[in-house]
Amino acid sequence: MTSLTLGPVLFNWKPEALRDFYFRMADCPDLDTIHLGEVVCSKRTPFVEPIIPEVIERLTQAGKEVVLSSLALIMSDRELAQARDLAAADGVLVEANDISVAALMQGRPFVAGPLLNIYNEGTLASLEAMGAIRTCLPAELAADAVASLAAKAKGEIEVQAFGRLPLAISARCYAARARNLTKDGCQYVCADDRDGMAVETLDEVPFLAVNGTQTMSYHHMSLLGELADLASRGVDRFRLWPHHVAMDAVAGLFRAVLDGKLDADEATDRLADLCPGAEFANGYIYGQPGHQYVEADL
Amino acid sequence: MGSTLPPTRPELVCPAGTPAALKSAVDAGADCVYVGFRDETNARNFPGLNFNRKELGEGIAYAHDKGAKVLVAINTFPRAGTPELWHQAVADAARLKADAVILADIGLIEHAARVHPELRLHLSVQAAASNPAAIAFYAERFGVKRVVLPRVLTVQEIATINARIAPVETEVFVFGGLCVMAEGRCALSSYVTGQSPNMNGVCSPAGEVRYTETHAGVTSELSGFTINKFAPNEPAGYPTLCKGRFIARDKASYLFEEPTSLNTLNILPDLIKAGVTAFKIEGRQRGRAYVAAVVQAFRAGVDAVMAGRPLPDIDLDRITEGGKQTTGAYEKAWR
Repeated sequence: MTSLTLGPVLFNWKPEALRDFYFRMADCPDLDTIHLGEVVCSKRTPFVEPIIPEVIERLTQAGKEVVLSSLALIMSDRELAQARDLAAADGVLVEANDISVAALMQGRPFVAGPLLNIYNEGTLASLEAMGAIRTCLPAELAADAVASLAAKAKGEIEVQAFGRLPLAISARCYAARARNLTKDGCQYVCADDRDGMAVETLDEVPFLAVNGTQTMSYHHMSLLGELADLASRGVDRFRLWPHHVAMDAVAGLFRAVLDGKLDADEATDRLADLCPGAEFANGYIYGQPGHQYVEADL
Repeated sequence: MGSTLPPTRPELVCPAGTPAALKSAVDAGADCVYVGFRDETNARNFPGLNFNRKELGEGIAYAHDKGAKVLVAINTFPRAGTPELWHQAVADAARLKADAVILADIGLIEHAARVHPELRLHLSVQAAASNPAAIAFYAERFGVKRVVLPRVLTVQEIATINARIAPVETEVFVFGGLCVMAEGRCALSSYVTGQSPNMNGVCSPAGEVRYTETHAGVTSELSGFTINKFAPNEPAGYPTLCKGRFIARDKASYLFEEPTSLNTLNILPDLIKAGVTAFKIEGRQRGRAYVAAVVQAFRAGVDAVMAGRPLPDIDLDRITEGGKQTTGAYEKAWR
């Protein structure tokens, strides 16, 4: 059966809000695997860390597979020390979002995250030889590449299917820069935008979104119309990126479409109701620019 | 803190998009020239640029004759199902006696290390190895000898890395176009245009660019998205999408970065002290005049530092993007 993964919350939500969100997700029957952990900015880590043990406990009790996601960009000794601690974590699966974390696993099982560059069979085989039991593919890949990789994979293949896509990571913080602050003196202003800061062109056309040091798509990816075909071509799992919407209801739509209980068009309409103001895109999976929306015809 | 080794004279690694630029770079004092094949195997896959096999063979002969090395960048990520083009590029670089290949993809590095064990491997900036554990992985597993560091690190962080990873060498960018995102970890271009550095070897490709002129000035577009608007007398720069003007929080600004060029001439002593082995100049897409001017300036700069002389005062304004210069991530305040 095709599984649903809830990716780690990429945004800077208040610790209480983050904890309450995960507690709610623990009760969502449609999610099989739930990720947590700070991926984007190590300055946020001290706020997230205290709630992790209770969230893991709650999710485990609810029967969820729990995965701890690593930082995407590891530069300082402090960040590397965090990665070493994560790689040494006992009893919980780790997702590597930087190649250093995959190496630090030293052959123990891990998830290869979507922010690693796994574009082809050779690299997939290398990562699997290092211990990757599951690989979440980069957003850029089109369906043919996904199918080609799924056919060769020894472990599971996961595809990003909902939410703003993480497109780039930087040492520079654009949430701070937008307010004439530097990263060192950022005042954690990225917390002002729960789903990322909208970026428009000078003609006020929606363009991108900023999540601190991460740049994301403005559009929400939705592969509701492509789920069945991708599953038939070997995709084992779909990843939903958390947003400040009823994510349990979102997961319910994806589950219902995967189970053939809900028509994809109907589900898309309901998804739009759940995500007011969101614009949807699926271009990448058709080999088109990522911001485009292509009518399902895979 | 930093490297305890005495500073050695860093190599100057210079770009060549054409055989003529290769000669200009070698003649201007380049220790190494880096080039790519004329296809999507390299991250400067631009029309009219790069080398065919015959040109590369001749270029390598010219460089070797003058005591310079040639490095071949094969630094995009092979397409799923069709790695042959990339494997052939590595094989041809080895056959033509390139001094090293610059690779980014783990699968391709594994292939090169297995099939061409004699070939020297450098890790491309596109692999974005930004810490000692990542670098150790490529060095220990595949025998990578040198790592081009992503433009996200401060000089202090570079010094720390060098102290941890010796004898693996590091190469850093000292001049030219500036990625503001961690290289090889940016899909903005494909999100907007359908083509990206990782998959196609291009960013903000020229075929997607349009300039529209009205009485109010020039608008630059990329795949129909406005990247910038210029007043009638303002020079209209190329719409690289992370160097555009955008609106966030009701304010228009260069949100990611201004049109600017990296120029580290004034901090060369710090980079040498940090234990960097090689200095890289960006710009395989630039002409031979650019190559000659920048190579001469940095040749003079490196030689002055090594001889204990003051840095030469060389004005590179006329060849920088938008006439603006930055030391980028090398100084922490940039972040």
